[in-house]
Amino acid sequence: MTAYPTNRMQADVIIVGGGFMGAATAFFLRRQGLSVILLERDLVGQAASGVNFGNVRRQSRYLGQLPLANRSRDIWLNMPRLIGEDAEFVMSGHILVTTSEKDGDRLEKYAVDCKPYGLDLTIMTGAQARAKFPMVGPEIRTVSYSPLDGHANPRLAAPAFGRAARRAGARVIENTEVCAITKSAEDFIVETRNGQSFQAPLLQISSGAWGRAMAASFGEDIPFAANGPQMGVTEPLPYRIEPVIGCASSVPEEGVYLRQVKRGNIVFGGGLRSVADIVTKRAPIDPLNTMRQMPHLARLVPQMARLRIIRTWSGVEGYVGDNLPIMGPSSRVPGLFFAFGFCGHGFQLGPGVGMTMAELIATGRTDIPLEPFHIKRFQ
Amino acid sequence: MADEPVIVIGAGPAGTRAAQRLVQAGLRPVVIDENDRQGGQIYRRQPENFHRAPEKLYGTEAAKASSLHTDFDLLRPHIDYRPGTTVWGVSNEGLMTVRGQDVTIVPFSRVIITSGATDRIMPVPGWTTPGAYSLGAAQIALKAQACAIGRKPVFMGTGPLLYLVAWQYLQAGVKPAAVLDTSALSTRMRGLRRMASRARVVANGVRYMANLARAGVRLHAGITPRAIEGSNNQVSGVVWRDSRGKLRHAACDAVGMGYGLRSETQLADLLKCEFIFDPCFTQWRPHVDRNGRTSRPDVYLAGDGVLLRGADAAEAAGQLAACAVLRDGGHVVADTEFTQLHETLTVMNRFGRGLAEAFPWPAHLARALPDDTVVCRCENITAGEIRRAAGELDAPEMNRAKALTRPGMGRCQGRMCGLAAAEILAAARNVPVREVGRLRTAAPVKPLPLNCTVRS
Amino acid sequence: MPALFRRVAEKDRKTIHLFVDGHEIEALEGDTVLVAVLTRTGRLRHNEFDNAPRAGFCLMGACQDCWVWTEDGTQLRACSTTAQPGMRITTTEVPWLTNL
Repeated sequence: MTAYPTNRMQADVIIVGGGFMGAATAFFLRRQGLSVILLERDLVGQAASGVNFGNVRRQSRYLGQLPLANRSRDIWLNMPRLIGEDAEFVMSGHILVTTSEKDGDRLEKYAVDCKPYGLDLTIMTGAQARAKFPMVGPEIRTVSYSPLDGHANPRLAAPAFGRAARRAGARVIENTEVCAITKSAEDFIVETRNGQSFQAPLLQISSGAWGRAMAASFGEDIPFAANGPQMGVTEPLPYRIEPVIGCASSVPEEGVYLRQVKRGNIVFGGGLRSVADIVTKRAPIDPLNTMRQMPHLARLVPQMARLRIIRTWSGVEGYVGDNLPIMGPSSRVPGLFFAFGFCGHGFQLGPGVGMTMAELIATGRTDIPLEPFHIKRFQ
Repeated sequence: MADEPVIVIGAGPAGTRAAQRLVQAGLRPVVIDENDRQGGQIYRRQPENFHRAPEKLYGTEAAKASSLHTDFDLLRPHIDYRPGTTVWGVSNEGLMTVRGQDVTIVPFSRVIITSGATDRIMPVPGWTTPGAYSLGAAQIALKAQACAIGRKPVFMGTGPLLYLVAWQYLQAGVKPAAVLDTSALSTRMRGLRRMASRARVVANGVRYMANLARAGVRLHAGITPRAIEGSNNQVSGVVWRDSRGKLRHAACDAVGMGYGLRSETQLADLLKCEFIFDPCFTQWRPHVDRNGRTSRPDVYLAGDGVLLRGADAAEAAGQLAACAVLRDGGHVVADTEFTQLHETLTVMNRFGRGLAEAFPWPAHLARALPDDTVVCRCENITAGEIRRAAGELDAPEMNRAKALTRPGMGRCQGRMCGLAAAEILAAARNVPVREVGRLRTAAPVKPLPLNCTVRS
Repeated sequence: MPALFRRVAEKDRKTIHLFVDGHEIEALEGDTVLVAVLTRTGRLRHNEFDNAPRAGFCLMGACQDCWVWTEDGTQLRACSTTAQPGMRITTTEVPWLTNL
């Protein structure tokens, strides 16, 4: 590994945005031997990375994303050795359930299509599923079971990578908002609201919902929306629901999901989203959405109806028009890279994105196919 | 939502007087109260089949309690009264309330929140042992259920409630084993200057102490709590250091503890009212002008839920907030009414400050709490875990600490532990407590059944 | 386990009967569930994380430390629920998904 440059305002790479993607990239860049400055407006992992559901799920992803998701899953399993903590990752299994025949057909087709990518799913009938997962409700028909997926604690994962990056020698600077990024002949110049200036020949934008404006400033705008997931959690109960349970309904309001953490609380989300405001950095949690989630949660696990919700929350997530992220090099500016806009499905990918982007930035290439996520698809 | 009704949340002293003033002006407010019976905490009513006289329940304040109850009963035909109903959230359409499993959305033109206060708690080793209660709980057991929390309780903490509750127990035939006050006598004397503005209240307090002493109850000032001891999962004793540093012990079977009050501010937070740090009460609270107007034009606050001045002040502040609502809504309210209420409250303000000075929040105890002391009783999070958040995990403020090691993440949303956890975090990071901020409120303010449905 | 609470007045109310951990107990009409249980025994529930017994704390619906389970799997906030004849409270079991 190279030592820090003597001028601490310079590095090989600047990362703008300390969410999961930025923190993990910083960590893996250090392992590639590059010096890194990570600039985070607030605290590492505080926005979308910290408020999401915590799904470590591969099934039902866009097929072209599975190689990246597979890589990420391997890192999840290896995290204690890699960064010294597991962020409460459990390989609990993940089931997608349906209540309609049409949705069931879709699951069956996916289970066939994903096989060449190394994802083995078991399709069950409702009765088979209830035999294995007796908490599941009587309305459930086709179920797709992914035994090697699971869940983790989103409040812990990105900060853990941030600390690991710092231990590995990255300069992680929090409470520092970037206000301008320009490119001189060789270097990117990054200026911050508190009057600092940073310089590096390579730059990654991984600022989530705030990434769009930064990309646009380099002439690469994309269709984009900021939304807020509608999350909640119940009181703690004996740990009796092992798998993550998600509803694969094509009706958005029905698409709720839940997981029980080992401490006992059941975390849930899904259904409708709220519109987030990237200026105020606020994403409302609409209590009516919480009310709408209730009957659908009870369809998945009827006994949930006896419980109480103790907290709800939301956060600002970035969604790209085609529901795929922006990941890879810029199509216009050499040395510029993007990893943002993960559309509410980025948590599982975090470690894999970090490793892949670090590889790409350090060596100029990666074996993970990123073509579908290239920003040029909107030009 | 100009055509919508005015809502009053809470039916204690502030809420009752607010509703009364609105009715006087010809309005028909909606009064939402979490309790099944009106009165709030201090003037809480006993169940209907109880027979004790008001003098037994409320002592020197019996006349005030009776007047508050009678006046409310007279208001009943003129208000939309919703007892046993909790406001748990705020949507674009209105307040979200729940009663049993029925959720109702209540639109409003303006809302007066009188959410009251709870005991302010400083944890101590052993405080989760059955038999350890808040001071307020000790009083409610007696007042609302005619029960004592034990046969031989110790009352520990600071503030006027400490002596009032101890005296009420003595009156009820339960002699406290000891009354332990963290405030030194000299500190109390200093606060007395400001408190002199309400001589009758001070005289009552002095009388309680004298009666307790005469009955042979040990009163200790300037103490440092060390532990609540337990055996067989019940409280068996209290250990403290006396003002000279000597370790002392009292056998007991219950403890009532509390260090003044903390305002219930969650609803104002959900309504996005601006908060300020109040150095007098060393806690964050919504910003209000002297009439109870918040930073939001349709939200008003009154009573201990925003400024800890006690029940008399709450009555005046409730009326005042209603006057502000009326004037802001185009009703004529005489200047003299505002002036008179301001004058009343000026005296109360001075007194409230005097109390805070005489019985200070013992923030310093947070630093000395052993690492293995439970702070967050819901999630069982220890002082050591909060310190780990402060140090190893580098959490600069309360919400980050909560995200990383869970203090305040349980059912009560940090009501019991939040202020003490903030002191522990601040002490561990060597910053003033205001710098670690406050826990953000999340709906539902109280646990919400997953089987509830919206009634229109 | 000895009772925590002690009645000091209002003892001439009608008696009602309910069940705590299968044992029939006598309480008085107008008691809260918390009082009905704690005048007979010394706990309401167990904390989910250290399994230590708890018996409520604030008695005014703020601390949420007195939620008790009924045998049929519903929960009551004991400090603010009036005891009803025939209620069956369990302080030891959590009757949730027990049939698995």
